[in-house]
Amino acid sequence: MTLAGHYTYFVTILLLMVGLFVVIARSNLIKKLVGLGLFQTAVYLLYIAPGKLIGGAAPIVAEGVQVYSNPLPHVLILTAIVVGVATLALGLALVVRIKEAYGSIEEEEILQRDVDDESSANDRA
Amino acid sequence: MTNLQPTIAPDTLLTQHLPILLVIVPLLSAPLIVLLRRSFLSWLVAMIASVAAFGIAALLLQQVLASDGVIAYAIGNWEAPLGIELRVDAVNAFVAFIVALVGVFVLPYCRIGIAAEVRQEEHYLFYAMLMLCLCGLLGILLTGDAFNVFVFLEISSLATYVLIAMGRDRRALVASYQYLLMGTVGATLYVIGIGILYLQTGTLNLADMAQRLSGVGDVRATLAALAFITVGVSLKIALFPLHLWLPNAYAYSPSAVSAFLAATATKVSIYVLMRYYFTVFGAVTVFDAHNTGMILLALSLAAMFIPAVVAIFQRDVKRLLAYSSVSQIGYITLGISLGTVGGLTAAIAHLFNHALTKGALFLVLGGIVLRCGGANLDRLAGIGRTMPVAAFAFVIGGLSLIGIPGTAGFISKWYLVTAAMAEGQWWLAGAVMMSSLLAVIYVWRFVEVAYFQAPPDDHPPVGEAPLSMRVPALLMVGACVYFGLDATWSGEVATRAATALLEGWQ
Amino acid sequence: MRLDIVLRVLAKLLIPFALMFASYVQFHGDFGPGGGFQAGVIIAAAVIFYAVIYGLPSARKVVPDGVIEAMIALGVLIYAGVGVVGMLLGGNFLDYFVLAHDTVHGQHRGIFWVEVGVAVTVSAVMLKIFYVFAARRRDAEEESS
Repeated sequence: MTLAGHYTYFVTILLLMVGLFVVIARSNLIKKLVGLGLFQTAVYLLYIAPGKLIGGAAPIVAEGVQVYSNPLPHVLILTAIVVGVATLALGLALVVRIKEAYGSIEEEEILQRDVDDESSANDRA
Repeated sequence: MTNLQPTIAPDTLLTQHLPILLVIVPLLSAPLIVLLRRSFLSWLVAMIASVAAFGIAALLLQQVLASDGVIAYAIGNWEAPLGIELRVDAVNAFVAFIVALVGVFVLPYCRIGIAAEVRQEEHYLFYAMLMLCLCGLLGILLTGDAFNVFVFLEISSLATYVLIAMGRDRRALVASYQYLLMGTVGATLYVIGIGILYLQTGTLNLADMAQRLSGVGDVRATLAALAFITVGVSLKIALFPLHLWLPNAYAYSPSAVSAFLAATATKVSIYVLMRYYFTVFGAVTVFDAHNTGMILLALSLAAMFIPAVVAIFQRDVKRLLAYSSVSQIGYITLGISLGTVGGLTAAIAHLFNHALTKGALFLVLGGIVLRCGGANLDRLAGIGRTMPVAAFAFVIGGLSLIGIPGTAGFISKWYLVTAAMAEGQWWLAGAVMMSSLLAVIYVWRFVEVAYFQAPPDDHPPVGEAPLSMRVPALLMVGACVYFGLDATWSGEVATRAATALLEGWQ
Repeated sequence: MRLDIVLRVLAKLLIPFALMFASYVQFHGDFGPGGGFQAGVIIAAAVIFYAVIYGLPSARKVVPDGVIEAMIALGVLIYAGVGVVGMLLGGNFLDYFVLAHDTVHGQHRGIFWVEVGVAVTVSAVMLKIFYVFAARRRDAEEESS
């Protein structure tokens, strides 16, 4: 196999790195979740791409078909997608609550507010 | 359907299905709780389910120890490696026993402990989440399928995020969000790891994977999978320096949740790491070919010292205990990094003893927080006089954390020191001692405040915690002392588990 | 909400077909692509479509919150219940072979009920997510005013 033959892996790694970078580097809580989504999408690709056999048909038994694609990665990734949706929904719900509690969705501002709270509590004590 | 008759007697039905029952009892109780909605009824169902789970876990452990082998259970009667199977040996039966045991201690405690911290109309959701978390943790332990581990991991993690976010403080939300980010990154890295293993071996069944991997030999893909799985699971373990989510998550979640998580969640992830290291990859690949042991050893040593020093400077006792957890995890991974039966025995024994100790400490602290309105050291001044029982129980738990003879913590440290010496690593034994001295300092901070400072004048009059919170907490502290005085059972099971782990599933 | 008569009429025309397509996807899942996940999402999409056109309060009248919460639990119970029935009939958990006299028929029966459970829970979860996000600002405003 040539390097070009492995292009799905390059895309996977690119997506992984972009996703992880966004999670780490962005301060906006929603953008972090977008990055997390990208990060997970890379894994979907990692599983799905090798499951497709070149020339393979959809894995439904039919006459005259000899070669089928591997259905197992699809099943696994369907599960992973559902997990991803649940995580995203929960993450967004938390962001909504954080916005209501702090009035901001910028991580730095939120952490700063906690620091301010603590120092004012210490002043009182 | 009417002419279909049950073909086996009820008692064999029970013993035959023990592994799956352990997972589906909590799983079934969760939707039942949602349907019932009433606070008391939902607590009752959760209580019954956790007691049942504990009974099943105890029976299962007994069965495994008696049979001295592996119990396999094919879900849906699809034989492995095609179908998903549950595979129980002494290791996961023991850890499942620990998790179920903690569940039984925590639930009676929740009744009043949670009423103070979670809104009345959300109680049923709290119990449903707690049961889902329990189901997920037990599922991770019992399953013999790599992807199934991920699914159960996410079930327990998602439930955990919700439980943490239910804390009263608004910082609980941020803690939960941060844990969600790091936990998901960890789980995703784990999935990448098993994806590589799947591409390499074409199977997801752990036993089958182990067999096929041993035939593959030493290739780069195995190393990549090992790296991804180690980092991913280490995030969940909160292995230093991947522990950043843990202190806030434990500090701001409801007290009962802190106790439950501190005693179970990280322990289950440690089991996953052990399972991959010793059963799937094999000790030879992990420790000899790739020298993972040295990395793990270095991180464990760092974990034993740095978070312990950080713990000394915490003003919030919950955070102090959380940092101490990160430090104690270092002892467990230190045992794993030795890669010997002795080291593994120490790791598994400490898994059990630390679960008891930290669970007990958080339960006692929960009662104190309820009465004093916070876990800040300033608020706890003089509670040696106002809450003598709780303060004394906390000190006993603290002694177990340090590893004073006569407490559970001593037993596992003894094993650890012996295992290190058997390897000729005298300096490791010294390091364990040094790190215990740090534990003395952070436990002393509580003692100093509790016994040598007068209660502040404006302090509201406080009494002991309610009975339903005091009894489970004291029982758990009692268990710390009991297993410190009589370690024959726990030590023997830990040794059996360590041997089983090294033997593998072949 | 006054000028959108075209939308309202179209919605009323389309929603029954969306639901029918959902049931096709659900019941044809045995033989082709489809099943509970997809059908559940389509059902939820139909209701969300209704909520977008007619407003959240009217959607909440059609499918109340209590019903949704019960459905979330019920679907899981149906799924796990199939597994327990398999156990009671002498097989393992989620054993479909024992659900009928011949194994193929048993597989059909088991998968059918499992997919019903999946569809119930998935549609309810999707709707619940939509409801809580869509209602958040409304509820918060009611509290503040």
